[in-house]
Amino acid sequence: MDMTGDADHLLPSDSPVTLIGTDGHPVADASRPLPDDAELRRALASLITARRLNDQAYALVRQGRLAVYPSSHGQEACQVAAAQVLDDGDWLFPTYRDTVAAVGRGVDPVEALTLLKGDWHCGWDPYEHKVAPHATPLATQLPHAVGVAHAARLRGESTVVMALCGDGGTSEGDFHEALNFAAVLRAPVVFLIQNNEYAISVPLARQTAAPSLAHKGVGYGIPGERVDGNDIAALLSVLGEAVARARDGGGPQLVEAHTYRMQAHTNADDATRYRADADVEAWVARDPITRLKTFLAPGDSEMAALHEQAEKVAEHVRDGLNRDVEPDPADLFAHVYAEPTPQLREQAAQLADDQMREGALR
Amino acid sequence: MTHEKLTMAQALNRALRDAMTEDPSVVVFGEDVGPLGGVFRITDGLTADFGEDRCFDTPLAESGIVGVAVGMAMNGMRPVVEMQFDAFAYPAFEQIVSHVAKMRNRTRGRVALPMVIRIPYAGGIGGVEHHCDSSEAYYAHTPGLHVVTPSTPGDAYSMLREAIASPDPVVFLEPKKLYWSKEEVELGRSSAAIGRAVIRREGTDATIIAYGPSVPVALEAAEVADREGRSLQVVDVRSIVPFDDETICAAVRSTGRAVVVAEAAGFASVASEIVARVTERCFHSLAAPIRRVAGLDIPYPPPKLEHLYLPSVDRILDAVDDLQWENS
Repeated sequence: MDMTGDADHLLPSDSPVTLIGTDGHPVADASRPLPDDAELRRALASLITARRLNDQAYALVRQGRLAVYPSSHGQEACQVAAAQVLDDGDWLFPTYRDTVAAVGRGVDPVEALTLLKGDWHCGWDPYEHKVAPHATPLATQLPHAVGVAHAARLRGESTVVMALCGDGGTSEGDFHEALNFAAVLRAPVVFLIQNNEYAISVPLARQTAAPSLAHKGVGYGIPGERVDGNDIAALLSVLGEAVARARDGGGPQLVEAHTYRMQAHTNADDATRYRADADVEAWVARDPITRLKTFLAPGDSEMAALHEQAEKVAEHVRDGLNRDVEPDPADLFAHVYAEPTPQLREQAAQLADDQMREGALR
Repeated sequence: MTHEKLTMAQALNRALRDAMTEDPSVVVFGEDVGPLGGVFRITDGLTADFGEDRCFDTPLAESGIVGVAVGMAMNGMRPVVEMQFDAFAYPAFEQIVSHVAKMRNRTRGRVALPMVIRIPYAGGIGGVEHHCDSSEAYYAHTPGLHVVTPSTPGDAYSMLREAIASPDPVVFLEPKKLYWSKEEVELGRSSAAIGRAVIRREGTDATIIAYGPSVPVALEAAEVADREGRSLQVVDVRSIVPFDDETICAAVRSTGRAVVVAEAAGFASVASEIVARVTERCFHSLAAPIRRVAGLDIPYPPPKLEHLYLPSVDRILDAVDDLQWENS
């Protein structure tokens, strides 16, 4: 086998690709053209809805309607872009922090929150919008993404799979195995790392000594790229190109988006124990929505319409989560196997009997 | 139906071939399963005959193999993956427990995972450490998996066909010491063995319950007992999950005495579960407590000492002798 040793073409840029600066203006000497206006306006609408969804879900935890919510406040650009660059036939593999990306693919936000509401595990049909269930065991969804992509490739389909993970997830063995398999199989997968600088409380410096997470691609023969994760224009451009390349048979790509988790890991976490408020403040100035708004300079009526649309989604989420659906205990046994085993039938009958007697006593 | 005299290894190979021929969504992959045909030659010739898309070598990473199989099963394929040895499957444990076993349940039945994880398991071949584990309890303890283990070439063929056709994930445990056992095999047939135990030998005095590599030992013990005037019935569990309470309890009730034989360490084992289940259901038919003849509660021993660990004819007969015959 030829091993050329030439890794230059796999290396990411020296600094994250940015097209629209933190001041909302196009950067000078940008390495690539801006996405067109329609793409950016579509992204702005999604971003505003995404932020509203994050904040609504966060509020619903305080009201006791959700057990917990891992917010992606501040990371919305990554998730909106990840969903926006995909075609209908493509797949998305989200983590527990990627509810916004799942919704971006068309998943009903109420169904997307089923897991955290506690009614069931995955609330949506993964085949309907080609969105895999939220993965909570870190990086374990990445080999699945490779499998879905490889199966599609074997059948000659042009499916691309967008596989999401966080900076902490890159330390897991399955991250390594998935990238290695994807490269060897030339599977059409785009791995997007949302590097939000913290894995719960552990900062990136305790996670890796690599020059960047995008550099990890070199070890697998996968091109890596770094992108400003709060610049939706850069994300759409870099991810869009990676998806197109994968679709054309160019194999997998690794993209690291530099972003920041503005809120705690979940509502149950206390971020003041491990990071300073000033660090968080510094990222407010890099907010992805403010940046795009400054660039697009939408009119007041346009903004009002976008907020109205976001409010409708928030209302739908509130309604859905305030509606108590009594989960059916029979469901406990219905989906363990295609056909319940004799033992499960016995246990289901026992439970039904217990419940009937309990009901009679009430 | 055609019949052929095959070893268990050849029968498994035929099952893969026949399934691949019938169903283009069946794909086989794992470590060394390509041109080499697997370290036990179970996949011999499959890459040559079906092409690299249908049978391929993967990087050496068991979690990746099982994880990729999950994705392929999600997307219309029927992967059959090989773990090279029992103990080498442990890196895949998280994938098996958290995803393979749970995907149907997590998604309320929307995503099924029709896949087979083949694992050569158990000892008796003089293998060094990490090559002889009886790991069935780990899988059997996880709801959502079918766990089966054939003890004859005929069952190996038909049960693998059935496992591949199953809509649920199957952990298919192959007793590696029986790979070279040989018999007339009926081809072209899928069994209805998942969930069904089988009586391997009729007997009236006591029931020996065994599975996988322990079945031939149990049969040998029955043969010796017969010469000594005691009639032992032998039941082959075959399907650990789902477990066939009906057949096994009926067998035990017919004799009133039972010994469970399995290679795995006895503590918190499948053998223990069998004793508990049968006792709960057959207590009033039992003339004596059910005995277990299991592996010792130690790490699998080095080859020169494995004979002390493995259930033997003598240990089985001693356990039978202990079944309170004075009460009959």
